[in-house]
Amino acid sequence: MSTIEERVKKIVIEQLGVKEDEVTANASFVDDLGADSLDTVELVMALEEEFETEIPDEEAEKITTVQQAVDYIKAHTKD
Amino acid sequence: MSERPVSRRRVVVTGMGIISPVGNDIATAWDNILNGISGIGQVTHFDATAYATRIAGQVRGFDPAQWMPPKDVKKMDPFIHYGIAAGTQALRDSGLEVTEANAPRIGVAVGAGIGGLNTIEDTSIELHEKGPRRVSPFFVPSSIINMVSGHLSIMFGLKGPNIACVTACTTATHNIGLAMRMIQYGDADVMLAGGAEFATTGTAMAGFCSAKAMSTRNDEPTKASRPWDKDRDGFVLSDGAGVLMLEEYEHARARGAKVYAELVGFGMSGDAYHITAPSEGGEGAARCMQAALDDAGVKPTEVQYINAHGTSTPLGDLGEVMAAKKVFGEHAYKLAMSSTKSTTGHLLGAAGGVEAIFTILALRDQVLPPTINLDEPSEGCDLDFVPHTARKADLTVAISNSFGFGGTNGTLVFRRH
Repeated sequence: MSTIEERVKKIVIEQLGVKEDEVTANASFVDDLGADSLDTVELVMALEEEFETEIPDEEAEKITTVQQAVDYIKAHTKD
Repeated sequence: MSERPVSRRRVVVTGMGIISPVGNDIATAWDNILNGISGIGQVTHFDATAYATRIAGQVRGFDPAQWMPPKDVKKMDPFIHYGIAAGTQALRDSGLEVTEANAPRIGVAVGAGIGGLNTIEDTSIELHEKGPRRVSPFFVPSSIINMVSGHLSIMFGLKGPNIACVTACTTATHNIGLAMRMIQYGDADVMLAGGAEFATTGTAMAGFCSAKAMSTRNDEPTKASRPWDKDRDGFVLSDGAGVLMLEEYEHARARGAKVYAELVGFGMSGDAYHITAPSEGGEGAARCMQAALDDAGVKPTEVQYINAHGTSTPLGDLGEVMAAKKVFGEHAYKLAMSSTKSTTGHLLGAAGGVEAIFTILALRDQVLPPTINLDEPSEGCDLDFVPHTARKADLTVAISNSFGFGGTNGTLVFRRH
């Protein structure tokens, strides 16, 4: 079983079409990984699907980096 | 004939691009057309077992990632991939360099007859099964029809008019004609114009099957599209895109551009008759061709070749013959009229684009592309349809017809350059 960090990283790579070494913990989706506003919405949807959780819009807006995504998932999922 | 502006800017074709069942570049597609090598086969991209028609003209060997950043591929319906690829080819072929100075004078007019149907189908299922929160933010921009024009503009910095006319199977012809008008009027100096389509999807195939519009010759796919033949039984649905680079003549000359042909006339008409059937005796089609000849200032006897709409439907094919006789009289028996849809199938909103290309190449190479599968013409279909094999000919003026559901017609007139 992959760790949450690995699973988040994999989704970011797939959704944003970026290289693995670009996806550092502090990488910002918009500033560092070239995402636009629509990309970030779809990224959050992919995270919801992967971790079978629902991320409210006001929470989703605060998730702007890889680490923030990992932290949110860790705080809101059971595994 | 109505009055026309006295001095009108001339429009020439300086680039062409194609994605089609007979090839994904101009040279390959033209070679297959001239050799009568059909692009029709079994439907392979979805399970068509339950369909009355299980054949189509699919695009093969096409990788969208060759034409756009890989991460953008999934944000677009396949019709947009095809349109971008054909538009990119046409722009590159023209050799025009887009600069800060000329960008506002370069526009795009690439439409689709149906558009992002594949994406709409998938998203409808997603919505039904998982609810509204699962619908992608890219759903709308990946499926709406004007996004070929939008993406080409964004990719190449084309800041002129940006439109997408939608008129069923006449879409590409109308986009080319309207783009010509924009250049003539002075809205732009250069326009990428044509159509793109990916309609070999479940709902469209099922709908055309129910309308009994398509051939059911499933065991002989390469013989299914047979315009004017007595055994024709409907059209064959195909995918692809055809885009022309249109340019104001002096603009093209000043930069020493290669010129394929001059676009000298454009005509339109409405049947005012029926949603799918052609008007009695091809009346609407005849007025359309006449309007195009008037616009070009070309006499009927000057036309040597008609690239027909010729979809292989019983009514449509006969109607176009009657229309040609109305417009050309005795000369209808002297000119040649062939249907390249016999080889490509029917690309709907992209048909007029790829057929404009074949018409231009006929003028360039002085050769008539054949109507394949025309073993025995049906009653009333008695013109020179160039059956089976291509033929050398002296060609100066050629026209291309498109007729669409809703009774919408378009004709382009090209002159050899």
